Amino acid sequence: MSADERESGPACPLPVASSATIRLAHGGGGRLMHDLLQDIIWPAFANPAAETDCDSATLCLPPGRQAFTTDSFVVRPTFFPGGDIGKLAVCGTVNDLAMVGARPLYLSVGFILEEGWPVDDLRRVVASMRAAADAAQVQIVTGDTKVVDHGKGDGIYVNTSGVGVLEHDLTLTPAALQPGDVIIVSGDVGRHGMAVMSAREGLAFEQALESDCAALAAPVQALLAAGCTPRVMRDCTRGGLATALIEIARTGGARLRIEGRAVPVTAAVRGACELLGMDPLYVANEGCFCVVLPPDQAERALTVLRRDPACARAVHIGEVLETQTRGQLWYRNELGVDRILDWLSGEQLPRIC
Amino acid sequence: MKYIDEYHDAAAVHKLVAALRATVTQPWTIMEVCGGQTHAIVKYGLDELLPPEITLVHGPGCPVCVTPVEIIDQAITLAQRPEVIFCSFGDMLRVPGSAQDLLAVKAAGGDVRMCYSPLDALTIARDHPDREVVFFAVGFETTAPANAMAVYQAARSGLTNFSILVSHVLVPPAMEAVLSAPHNRVQGFLAAGHVCTVMGIDAYHPLATRYGVPIVVTGFEPVDILDGVFCCVRQLETGRAEVENQYARAVRTEGNPRARQLIADVFEVQPRRWRGMGEIPASGLGLRPAYARFDAATRFALDALPVADSGECISGLILQGLKKPHECPAFATRCTPEHPLGATMVSSEGACAAYYRYRARHAEDASS
Repeated sequence: MSADERESGPACPLPVASSATIRLAHGGGGRLMHDLLQDIIWPAFANPAAETDCDSATLCLPPGRQAFTTDSFVVRPTFFPGGDIGKLAVCGTVNDLAMVGARPLYLSVGFILEEGWPVDDLRRVVASMRAAADAAQVQIVTGDTKVVDHGKGDGIYVNTSGVGVLEHDLTLTPAALQPGDVIIVSGDVGRHGMAVMSAREGLAFEQALESDCAALAAPVQALLAAGCTPRVMRDCTRGGLATALIEIARTGGARLRIEGRAVPVTAAVRGACELLGMDPLYVANEGCFCVVLPPDQAERALTVLRRDPACARAVHIGEVLETQTRGQLWYRNELGVDRILDWLSGEQLPRIC
Repeated sequence: MKYIDEYHDAAAVHKLVAALRATVTQPWTIMEVCGGQTHAIVKYGLDELLPPEITLVHGPGCPVCVTPVEIIDQAITLAQRPEVIFCSFGDMLRVPGSAQDLLAVKAAGGDVRMCYSPLDALTIARDHPDREVVFFAVGFETTAPANAMAVYQAARSGLTNFSILVSHVLVPPAMEAVLSAPHNRVQGFLAAGHVCTVMGIDAYHPLATRYGVPIVVTGFEPVDILDGVFCCVRQLETGRAEVENQYARAVRTEGNPRARQLIADVFEVQPRRWRGMGEIPASGLGLRPAYARFDAATRFALDALPVADSGECISGLILQGLKKPHECPAFATRCTPEHPLGATMVSSEGACAAYYRYRARHAEDASS
């Protein structure tokens, strides 16, 4: 008799010892919740700083400036080619820290689970988070789990917050842009968004689409260690490369121009975008960032970045044309025609024909 | 990527532009019929490469743009019904009805689902026998075969909880409406390549002859479009008015006979109202009586009272090639993709949306 069958029988006042699916009691503070923490969460995240029997983790942070950020993850499906919500939640927050040049140290994790969701899926997510955290050399030190009624969630939502240390004196800001600065993108664009969309909608393409989900702290640290002094960096998540650069241009009051032919896009992403009427420049990435730095550092930056597997396709895609002006991102297409790229209105929706 | 790279080739583009410059001797106005072509022209800046004698005007070939408000309102009414799962292509979801759009219905709890094919809606109907599944069957001759197939399969498999809300329109009658309008300025057409892959090119011969206009069946990539313009100008300059097939890699003279047969089996030609253009005779498709039980408008006894378009919106003039988006006083000021006055500002293939996305900030610069 399975655990589920046992529980669907006559009502029994005895507590449920274990369950294949998430129950409201898993978030209730009683035995079931304790078992969940003891069996799944703590073993996966076990590390010296972890809060186990206290209400908070206690940390020793290195002296100097720290960076602190938070992000929530609601991706559907939970598991997709190239990653899952857990890996995404670790890499996403690590990357937010990395974009200000911080070395990520500690993460918190908050789970909101939906009643009825498979416990084995939680095991997979937690294991994936641990692997991603180890790879990014960051520790998950505190967390929380809540359960909502069946139908009130989408399986699992994850929030991660992160703390990192800044081991340099740079202030990365779009306001620091100078005419002639170069724009580098760390890899090919559009893979995450198209992979998730094809997994979500069951679209099959000839060439497999896989998310680029990856932590970017190591390549950024390598960039800084090599003496590069980025003006600004931005990960190209929601809204893609175009949105990240438009934000930089507008905030910094600078006119940027990128060369369409230079922006790397895999054949699989290009094909899927052509078919669905989407623009890869606006499709989300989870392991790709853009960096603007002085022109004499471009070659060094590319050499350093390309040593990291997540940035092997790093390439110079454009320049800062002018500063102290109206912020605009210009795009030179393959025919040599320039046009302005602007924020999209709403999400990109696949077209009719 | 095959079939893409060679049609984006800068050398080929510039060669065609040079050939056009060498050929053109006087002003010509050419309409590209399909919204996909409009989008490509503005996105790649092809009109900026053309000699000044050639003016491209944008045609009525955006299915989202020409769907009348009353049908959007019908869709919204259906989507609000608790027993209905309303399925639609993505870009119909943002089109405003008289009070709201389908995304707002979804946000308020309506079961609105984005589908990539009407056959996905059939699967949903099979999986939810206790619900009514309605697919929003919008589009030109390009989407008609798949919609016909969905109805045909539903009939064959005895599905009783599936229906379609039909708003199908046909390209040749719209071209004729443009040509016969009193202020028509269109002297040649780039016909919509994908429509012709289904329907073939025979329907265009009478139009070319009767109105004395060249009609060039044209593809969607930059080289295709410039080649289509070149073929059209070459005919205009030599006084010819013929049907020419630039898109021969995809379009056969007879089109796709099996798809045509399927359309003819399931649908019949009917008069239809076009947003911004009014009623055009024999310009739409409706379900044949044998398939009437799959017609959502009948099944749910929906009213179809015509709703007037926004007074300020000039999309009707734009869809007939009489005005360009930036000639509208509301363009990019009172009418934006966030607050559209008409559907041409909403659809990804609408002329106003294309101008807004690729040109609005140029206009801002010019005025500042």
